[in-house]
Amino acid sequence: MNYFPDEVLEHVFDFITSHKDRNSVSLVCKSWYKIERYSRQRVFIGNCYSISPERLIARFPGLKSLTLKGKPHFADFNLVPHDWGGFVYPWIKALAKSPIGLEELRLKRMVVSDESLELLSKSFVNFKSLVLVSCEGFTTDGLAAIAANCRFLRELDLQENEVDDHRGHWLSCFPESCTSLISLNFACLRGEVNLGALERLVSRSPNLKSLRLNRAVPLDTLQKLLMRAPQLVDLGIGSYVHDPFSEVYNKLKIAIQRCKSIRSLSGFLEVAPHCMSAIYPICGNLTFLNLSYAPGLHGNKLMKLIQHCRKLQRLWILDCIGDKGLGVVALTCKELQELRVFPSDPFGAGNAAVTEEGLVLVSAGCPKLNSLLYFCQQMTNAALITVAKNCPNFIRFRLCILDPIKPDPVTSQPLDEGFGAIVQSCKGLKRLSLSGLLTDQVFLYIGMYAEQLEMLSIAFAADSDKGMLYVLNGCKKLRKLEIRDCPFGDAALLEDVGKYETMRSLWMSSCEVTLGGCKSVAEKMPSLNVEIIGESEQMEFNLDDKQKVDKMYLYRTLVGHRKDAPEYVSIL
Amino acid sequence: LIATFPNIYISTTVQYIDLSINQSAINLQSIMVFEKDLNLDATELRLGLPGSSEESLRISNKRALPDMNDDSGVAAAKKCDQETAPPTKAQVVGWPPIRSYRKNSLQTKKTEAETGGMYVKVSMDGAPYLRKIDLKVYKGYPELFKALEDMFKFKVGKYSEREGYNGSEFVPTYEDKDGDWMLVGDVPWEMFINACKRLRIVRGSEARGLGCVV
Repeated sequence: MNYFPDEVLEHVFDFITSHKDRNSVSLVCKSWYKIERYSRQRVFIGNCYSISPERLIARFPGLKSLTLKGKPHFADFNLVPHDWGGFVYPWIKALAKSPIGLEELRLKRMVVSDESLELLSKSFVNFKSLVLVSCEGFTTDGLAAIAANCRFLRELDLQENEVDDHRGHWLSCFPESCTSLISLNFACLRGEVNLGALERLVSRSPNLKSLRLNRAVPLDTLQKLLMRAPQLVDLGIGSYVHDPFSEVYNKLKIAIQRCKSIRSLSGFLEVAPHCMSAIYPICGNLTFLNLSYAPGLHGNKLMKLIQHCRKLQRLWILDCIGDKGLGVVALTCKELQELRVFPSDPFGAGNAAVTEEGLVLVSAGCPKLNSLLYFCQQMTNAALITVAKNCPNFIRFRLCILDPIKPDPVTSQPLDEGFGAIVQSCKGLKRLSLSGLLTDQVFLYIGMYAEQLEMLSIAFAADSDKGMLYVLNGCKKLRKLEIRDCPFGDAALLEDVGKYETMRSLWMSSCEVTLGGCKSVAEKMPSLNVEIIGESEQMEFNLDDKQKVDKMYLYRTLVGHRKDAPEYVSIL
Repeated sequence: LIATFPNIYISTTVQYIDLSINQSAINLQSIMVFEKDLNLDATELRLGLPGSSEESLRISNKRALPDMNDDSGVAAAKKCDQETAPPTKAQVVGWPPIRSYRKNSLQTKKTEAETGGMYVKVSMDGAPYLRKIDLKVYKGYPELFKALEDMFKFKVGKYSEREGYNGSEFVPTYEDKDGDWMLVGDVPWEMFINACKRLRIVRGSEARGLGCVV
């Protein structure tokens, strides 16, 4: 089997970078497993409770980059109590004790304490990159430790985290000797920052390519920063409010024009729409534009801006763009691949400004569209069928109708046929989120046609267990299934428990599964953790097997029951 | 579309009749988050046709959400006035599915934009203590000046772009986001209230320099 010496194989494996491929390589034979594990530098762990840090360290002594995900996806929407789990501290502690020279840590939906950040900053000499997405539990004090101690820090990227902002001088904690920054994103911080320290930091970071500011950074500081960093590729603007006739604004226009490399623009956390013309010179080069935090930008000013962005590939926008605005997108952005339309008024009385019309327009004008997140007022089967015909390349299709059980407003029918058309047409579909009035029928279609589907999100849908069964039987590549408020019970849950071992996780809340049913799964499948999640305040568990379970989260694991579950979580 | 899926048995009529029953009678328990003044028991609607028992009609469809467009049966459960944007509208936990961070950001912006008010301190040279006013309350400079005049018992002079304020010992100034002290009145009102961090009514002799700058 082995015609080549190990070094040659190792060199060949260097070219194999995708996690899936590396995992496959390691399964070929013992010697490939050994060579692969010693040469592996990047590891992705989709569920932090599926494996322990000790086993990770034992298998991959050359580890440099670790990605960890903690809480289940529905935690983003407040369906999981805060202290459910997902603590990163044990991982950092174990890694710190080991000889591993960690350089990069990427975390999503994890609880990160200041203590963890401090330990991280002091334990790895070559630590280069920290990316935190949708995490919580830390303050700006933790960031100060990272800034002060990571001498070769290249990347500090904070995306949509809940950070307790102590309005500290964490930015001032970057030593004068730190000149290695490539990426700095603190847009999610809500407090003031030391503007002078920020300017000095940017001045001494010649490699800085990505800079995303928070709301506390005013326009005139922005102008100074841009003058010092015309090489930026990715810019997130904090506050964009100023007098368009002022000297500062003129200086800003000049500064922006010098930034010929900017391809990605976001922020505008505070915006004065009459100042947008300064941005026009760089719009023609943009491939990513994120205006989803700028509700002040809409109507004609917004459309004018979009009309300058002919090379856009990804657009994140608020629904105040309206169907008309989406029409402008369809005419202008012929290279568009990804569109996300967020609600500007999630609990409003039906003032959402986009409907099925906007989506149809974009699908007709942007044939390369392959990724969609669309919050809208309503959707029709006809529109979905048209979209399916226009864009057969969808990889991600997430539709959220603000009223989750709304039928087709024209025909009063459920949206089964529309979504059916999507799954039939888009043969490469990997991720799907459904909403609107849906019966078991749509799941029959999904089971039949969605052969590549890996993640499915269902809410307020279906009539019976059949719906869930169609999906479990049909979707061979399913990895993550999350369900809320559907009439799926024990019969569906128990039909094929072996299936869950082929998946990362299953979430079911407000369905019809009982405690007895869940216990049954746990009994038959010792390789799964079956968690019953109660409310944080409740102290007692109703032990009646016939009792319906409010929230169940099950996932495959190699390390059995976790020890850090709070009292209200029962692992069967 | 039936032609596209020839092998599928579709029982159209039966299914959709079931659905229309489910839609018109709804069980509101377990997931709804109502305002405290709504009496849940009194407004609870149950699944089923009149005369039928609850058990037999606990159909698998857990459609526990009022049809937001249905005016008839569910109107009693919603205290909101359909014409205005109703803050008492029933909200489902975790819906729509947007991240808390984003939701909080929107809330902050809305609050600031609509209800939060923009309170700034107002000081006047010689006055023993400061006052606070909500800039949101005023539609423009004339109303603001009237309020300041009433509060501090002085008169704002006549504004001109060239000369600042003429004919008064006192001049209104403000500190903007950059920390600079500016003359009130130069920029459009909207821009002013966004930029103004605090107000200071300056004595004429000091203000002379400001007033003359164009």
